[in-house]
This record gives sequence, C-alpha cells and structure tokens, in this order.
Amino acid sequence: MSSNRHVVIIGNGIAGITCARQLRKLDEQVRITVISGESTYFFSRTALMYVFMGHMKFEHTQPYENWFWEKNRIELKEGWVKTIDFTAKNLLFQSGENTNYDELVIATGSKPNKFGWPGQDLQGVQGLYSKQDLELMEENTQEGVQRAVIVGGGLIGIEMSEMLAYKKIPVTFLVRETGFWDNVLPKEESELVGRHMREHHIDLRLNEELDEIISGPNARVKAVRTKGGEEILCQFVGLTAGVTPSIDFLRNTELEVNRGVKVDFGFQTNIPNVYSIGDCAEFHEVPAPDRKSVEQVWYTGRMHGETLGYILAGKKVSYKPGVWFNSAKFLDIEYQTYGTVPAKWDSEKIKSFYWEHAGGKVCFRMLMDPQGRILGINNLGFRLRHEFFDLAIREKWDGAKVISKLDKANFDPEFFAPFYIEIQKAYKGQFGGDVKISKKTFIQKLFGASV
Amino acid sequence: MKVIQKLGILLFLVGLTVFTAMPFLGNYTLTEDLVLANTKDIHQEKMAEILSPMFGETYTSNFSFIAAFKENFNSYNDPLKEESKWDEVIWDDYSFPLAQASVASPVRDNPWLFMVLSLGIAILGGLMYNLPKYREEPAGIKNNGIFHSSMKNRGWMGMITGAYLILFYIILYWFPAYIVNQVWMMTPLSMILSGNPASQWFLYGTIYTLAITVMGVRMFRKYRGNKYQQLRTASVMFFQTAFAFLIPEILVLLNQPYFDFKNIWPLDYDFFYDYQIDTFLSSGGVGMFMLIWGILLIVIGVPAFTYFFGKRWYCSWVCGCGGLAETLGDPYRQLSDKSLKAWKFERVIIHSVLVLAVVMTALTIANYFSGFALLGSATNQLHSFYGFAIGSVFAGVVGTGFYPFMGNRVWCRFGCPLAAYLGMVQRFKSRFRITTNGGQCISCGNCSTHCEMGIDVRWYAQRGQEIVRSSCVGCGVCSSVCPRGVLNLENGPEKNRINEMPIIIGNDSIKIHA
Repeated sequence: MSSNRHVVIIGNGIAGITCARQLRKLDEQVRITVISGESTYFFSRTALMYVFMGHMKFEHTQPYENWFWEKNRIELKEGWVKTIDFTAKNLLFQSGENTNYDELVIATGSKPNKFGWPGQDLQGVQGLYSKQDLELMEENTQEGVQRAVIVGGGLIGIEMSEMLAYKKIPVTFLVRETGFWDNVLPKEESELVGRHMREHHIDLRLNEELDEIISGPNARVKAVRTKGGEEILCQFVGLTAGVTPSIDFLRNTELEVNRGVKVDFGFQTNIPNVYSIGDCAEFHEVPAPDRKSVEQVWYTGRMHGETLGYILAGKKVSYKPGVWFNSAKFLDIEYQTYGTVPAKWDSEKIKSFYWEHAGGKVCFRMLMDPQGRILGINNLGFRLRHEFFDLAIREKWDGAKVISKLDKANFDPEFFAPFYIEIQKAYKGQFGGDVKISKKTFIQKLFGASV
Repeated sequence: MKVIQKLGILLFLVGLTVFTAMPFLGNYTLTEDLVLANTKDIHQEKMAEILSPMFGETYTSNFSFIAAFKENFNSYNDPLKEESKWDEVIWDDYSFPLAQASVASPVRDNPWLFMVLSLGIAILGGLMYNLPKYREEPAGIKNNGIFHSSMKNRGWMGMITGAYLILFYIILYWFPAYIVNQVWMMTPLSMILSGNPASQWFLYGTIYTLAITVMGVRMFRKYRGNKYQQLRTASVMFFQTAFAFLIPEILVLLNQPYFDFKNIWPLDYDFFYDYQIDTFLSSGGVGMFMLIWGILLIVIGVPAFTYFFGKRWYCSWVCGCGGLAETLGDPYRQLSDKSLKAWKFERVIIHSVLVLAVVMTALTIANYFSGFALLGSATNQLHSFYGFAIGSVFAGVVGTGFYPFMGNRVWCRFGCPLAAYLGMVQRFKSRFRITTNGGQCISCGNCSTHCEMGIDVRWYAQRGQEIVRSSCVGCGVCSSVCPRGVLNLENGPEKNRINEMPIIIGNDSIKIHA
C-alpha cells in the first residue's frame, strides 16, 4: 500500500470523521481530506435541537476544537461534490474545482423523506437533518406561527415538537400508525411516550395521515388536510417521516446503488477503492438478523467509520457489529435499549416481562427466549448500564440471573429511587424462580429513597 | 412569565435599589470624642490634632466626609512618607470606624426597617421569582434559552450584574467607609447573634448566606426530580448557614474564638498565622480543639474523604465558595472556557497559588517558632500580599465578580489552593470517577457545555473513557443534562479507573490492541 496515497472522504458526519480519525491513528503517512458542504467543522447532528432551544451554541456541538484538524493533518475542504469521475479518480465540485483521490469514502448521510405530498415544497414546510435545516427552521419559526403540524411519528418528530414548544408554538402531531414510534416501540412503551407527549400539551393524533399541505399567499403553508378530511390551520409543517440516503448525485453512474450505496461487509462498493459508510451505505445482506441493511443510527455510523479506518490502514477486518443498543430522549423521558426488542413478537416463541412504575413514566421490559434466556431490554425513565447488558445478552444469561443482578446494572445517579428492587419483586411475582431481591442500601434508607 | 414572578423581579430590584441607595443617606459630623473613642491609644492625640479642622463640621455625603478625612490625614502622613520617617507615619486606616461613628442617618436610626426594605424585600422578590418556576411543567431539567439570555450569555444584563458585583467587592474590601450605613443596618442582628456590633464582614456574611439560600431554592426548582442535585444543594445551604454563618457568631457570643469548622487550610490561608495560633493557644480547651480539628482536616479529613468520595465531598457539598458558585452562580456555569488552552493555564495558575500558600505558611510557622528571629515582620508583608492578591482580588473580586463573564467557578478552577490539594488526591488516589456508559455517547456536548469547571467531558465520554480529572468538583450536572444516560458519578475500585486506551462497546469488528 502506497504510504502517500490520498484518501478522500465525502461527508464530515460521525461516520466520515470517525473513519478519518481512526485512519490517522493507524497511519501517519496517508493524506486525508474530508469534504463537506454543510459545515467546515464536524458537529454533532443530534445536538442541533439544543442549539435551537438555546441550551448550547452551535460551536458547542463541535466535539473537537478547530486546531485539532490541522494538528492531526486531516484536511478539511468545504464544498459540495457535483460529480465523480470514477475512472479518472477525480471529484468535481459545484464550484468548478476538482480533486484527485486514490481511495474514496462516500459518507454523505441522509436527507428527510418526502413522499410526494401535495405542497411538500411550500415555504414553512421542512424536515430537520442538516445545519441548513436548523437555520431554515429558525427562520421559519421567527414570527407569525400560531400552530405547527408535525408529520411522522419518530425521533426527529418529537425533537421538533420539543423545539417548537420552546418557542411556545402549539403542535399537532400526526402519526399514521396506532401508536407513537410503534414500528420500534412495543405497545406499552409507545403508550407511555404518548402520554408524556400529551402531558407536554402536544396534540398527538394517532391513526391520522397527511393528505395535503395547503398553500396560502406567497406559496407559504396555510393549513394541512388530513386523510380524515380535517383541515388544520398552521404556519409551519415539520416532515419527519424518516430519512433516506442522500446519494442523488451518485444515481445513474457506474456505482451500484439501491436505496443506498451497495457495499459488502468491508464497505467496498462495486468500484475498487471506493467505499461507503454510515447512513448512506446499504449492505448486500443484513449484518445480523436483528439489523437492517441500511443502518441510520449515530452509533452504527461511528462503528462503520471505525471499522473502515482499520480497513483503509490495511488491517484484515470486516464489519461485525456486537449486541445492538440505542438510546433516545422523549422530552423528559430517557430511553435505552440493549439487545433485540422488536415492536411485536410471537408470544409462542418469546416471553416478555414488563414492569411499569405507578407514576407511568418509568418502565422496564425484558424479552426472553422460550428457555428464559435474555434477548433484549427496553428501559424508559431510568438508566441502565451498557456493559452489564452487553455481557448478559452476549452470554445469554437466564432472565432470573439478570434480574437478580439488576442492582449492578443500575446507572441512575446516587440517591435516586431504586427502581430495580420493584422490578425484581414484579419479576418474582410473575415468573417466580430463583430471584434475589436487593436490599436498600444504607444511603437509600437514610435519605428515604422510595420508588 | 407569571404575574407573581414579574412582581418578584420588581420587588427584588426595589430591595436592591434601597440597598444601593443607602450609602447616599445621612450626614457626617465628627467630634473629638468620636476620634478618641475610635482610634488606638497611641494615635488618639495625633489623630485628634490631624482631624481637628473637621470637628463640628457637618458633611452632607460620605464622599465629602471621606474626602475631607483624606485631605487632613494625608497632609499629615504624606510629608512623613516623603521624608522616610516611617516610625511617625500612621499606618492604620481609620476612615471606616470614624465614618461609622460620625454618620447620622435614617438607616442608623431604623436599622430593622431598612433591613426589611432592602434585604427583606429582595429576598421576598427572589423567592416569588424562584418558587413558581417550572410549576406547570413536568419534572425535568430545562436549560431552555440560556444562550438566548442577555443575563446568562454575556449580554448587557450579565455585564451590568458583573460590574455591580465587582464594584461591591472593591468597596467591601478597600473602601468600607462608604458603606457604613449598611453596616449599621446589620448591627441589631449582629448584637443578637454575637453580642458585638456588626462589621462589614458580618454584612457580607449575611448577604452571602441569603444569596445561597434564595438561589438554593431556585436549584430545588430547576433540578426537580434529581435527588443528587437537591441533596447537595441542601447540604451547601446547611453548611453555609450553620457552619460559616451562625456557629462562628455564637462562639463569639460564648466568648470563644470566631471559627468556621468547615474551612480548611490552605483555602483558610490565615489558619497558621501567628495571631490565629495565639488565639487558639490562649482559648483553653476549645481553642486547642479548634487547632487540632483544623490540622486533622488537613492531614486526615481531606485525603480520607477524597479517597472515598472524590473532592466533591468538599467542593460541591460543604465549601462556602462552592456553595455560592453552585447556587448564585449556577445560571452562569455554561460560560466556563472549555479549550485545551484554558486547561493549561488552569494547571499552571492553581498550582502556583498552592505553592505560594504552602511557602507562605511554612515561613510563617518557622518564623513563629523561632520567636520571629528568622524573618522578623517580613511574613506580615507576605501575608498582606497574599491577602490582597489571592484572598481579596482573586477569590473575591474575580472569583465572584466574574461569574457573568467566565462562569461560576473561576476561583475554584484557577485559584483555590485547597481545590488544588483535593484535586491531586482525586487524580492519583481516589475511588471517584465519572463513568461513561459504554458506547451510548452521541457527542452532543451538553456535558461539556454545562461543566462549570471547563472540563471537556465529551472528549472522554465519546471515546468510552471514564472521566478522572483533578478539577472535577462532582457537581453531577454533566450526568443530569446528558440526554442519553451516559454519565454517572461513581465511587468504585481503583483498578482500571484510569484507562488511556478505552474500547467503545458494541463494535466487534475490531479487536483493539489485538
């Protein structure tokens, strides 16, 4: 492998940047360039909402100080790539400039889904993915918005409603399905989140679908009409029905694409020396039975980048994700999941244990195989330890063993209510078996920590 | 904002205005009797002679009174200084006691009334503003709008607040003669607590304690549903009110030395000064207990507690400076500088202050035991320098006055020698760390942004590393504001606490170090 080769990465999101950093760690010589039209410096996309709400400034979302890139000799190039000449190994920018590469990494991420709704391109209608989207949303909500409508029941939708709530803009939230995010969350969890949204005065409409976005004067949104025929007056519409790989400029080239750029487990595309990672990559087959061929999560982007960094440094590795995990925050309620917990399951083949706190804001679910071995968990409203469940699920611990050791899995701050004791009691009541119930610690007794 | 909160702000401003207007009230009339009563025996005659042109004259403002005092006093002192007649120069500053004695003002006549009108109204307003906060919202930490706020993001309100605080400290430390009315206002309360008239320090201690209390209530509201934050806030409120404020005053009432049982050298930099040692040694069993208690805290308390709990046991649960920073200063925590450069400055400055404090104290003790043969009165100069530069300018003016500019822990982070000592124990011999929850970090930056010590928490969290930093005061806010449940303050085995090459859980593709 030539040591002064030039690796060019299109996209400075978590996948592209992790790849660049990992490669630099392993290879002192290689020339690395990261291209982005969105922003010069890497920032955390997931934090855009906090900038809107004034929790942070945009610069706070940048995980590395600006000198970091020069120090690590990672060249940053601002610009949008227009076309790629795969034969000449050359990129043409929209500005007319061009750049040669020896190896190319496509990490262009996603863009919000638009399903061809009438009026989807009106002013005041937008998704939320990029820095530019954030700026647009600030502009769109500057003044005169009496009501906003959010379409699509996922994570970005609830983030957007929280952002609008900061500006005291009432939100109507249209969800096509019967529950919030119910293609991911089981019924009880979905209902818990739905209740919490309503507690925050979000007008959550389940089983309600967008039919048309109606234009007012100046091509600005005036209202939306639902499939049920209701017309909701609004001055802002958030389209948050998922995201799709952002690879329009790669379609109709010799690069093999489907929904995303087709890659193998070495992130190799059909063209030699061209790779793709992150949201925009699509595996030929799923990386694991509980995973999808397009993985659009922060953590998978990071793992893709990390793995490709090794590959580009000449290590013989391929993508092999471990136990699944994810997290989110629904307004005030945190959510974590470890292992496999689908939205629905066959109760013949899978046993489910579910506990919910009387307050209705904290819950725990564990799925087990017919032998009672842990498959995965969901927890909302309290925190559990990644390391613990990574091990328990990997080693297929018996459910009773997991529950008995739940105090070790607790990741809530000191003095917090020991929910794990209630969970242990509930599990013992439901499944019996050899479950050890933890005692309250001295400190918990002293400060009257109760559930 | 609710009406009651708006009214609260209005009342607070009224109270603040009354407080601020007090120095402009009253007349000042000096007499020979007052001079004789308020100067040292050796200066009585001379001072009476120097100030005789002022006797019987009524000055309508503190400015004119103090100007006249200075004019007369300097016309005596300055020539002597020029002629280097150091023995004849009067070094004592009598402006404060004489202004206090000379003033005739409505405040002096009605101290309780003015206390109600200033402090009372301000407290009421503060509580009316703080108590209804977040009332109609579900529990959860809301940092909404912090960076859109003029007060909390170095806007004009922040600038004015900072300027006011700085001015207050400058007057308190170096020009107390201007605030004799406020001191008179505190006198009845001081008489009740300690049986002595108030000093400007009693005024300061009272305001300090009230600030912690009222803003502590704000913390209870802001961190609803977070037991850790609430308990540690209750703790600093308790230690300030009981240990720093009430107990020392009551000790004086009982004819014992004034002593704050939770103040630890070298933050308590005069603990080993000769006059302190003399006080301890001349106060029988109680004095001896205080001396031994203070030394035990330094040599056993600090290392032992810090080993088990990290320096947070002191900095964010007990300390008075920490108490003010965590309550009054909480709205400004996000203004701390997170850059690597700031961290480099921090390490140099704070350890320099520690070295200075240790050297000064060592010289003081050596000098004391040599019967002042070693350095004579040279340690006094050292004490004045340290007291001025570190005790007053750094800890006071910069430490608190700069809240709205550089965040609420400027002193604790860059200056406090005790924090440096605690920090060394925490870094090298402690069970405390902030645990990162596997691979769950999304690099959002809330933790770093809201870290008052300017620690780039995210740097560690996003690489799956535990956070072990000498400066961490364990306030727990990084954990509180983390949207993904990634950070947790824990005490645990020292093994693997510091791991420079962490592995992020979840990716089996690579075996790092394999």
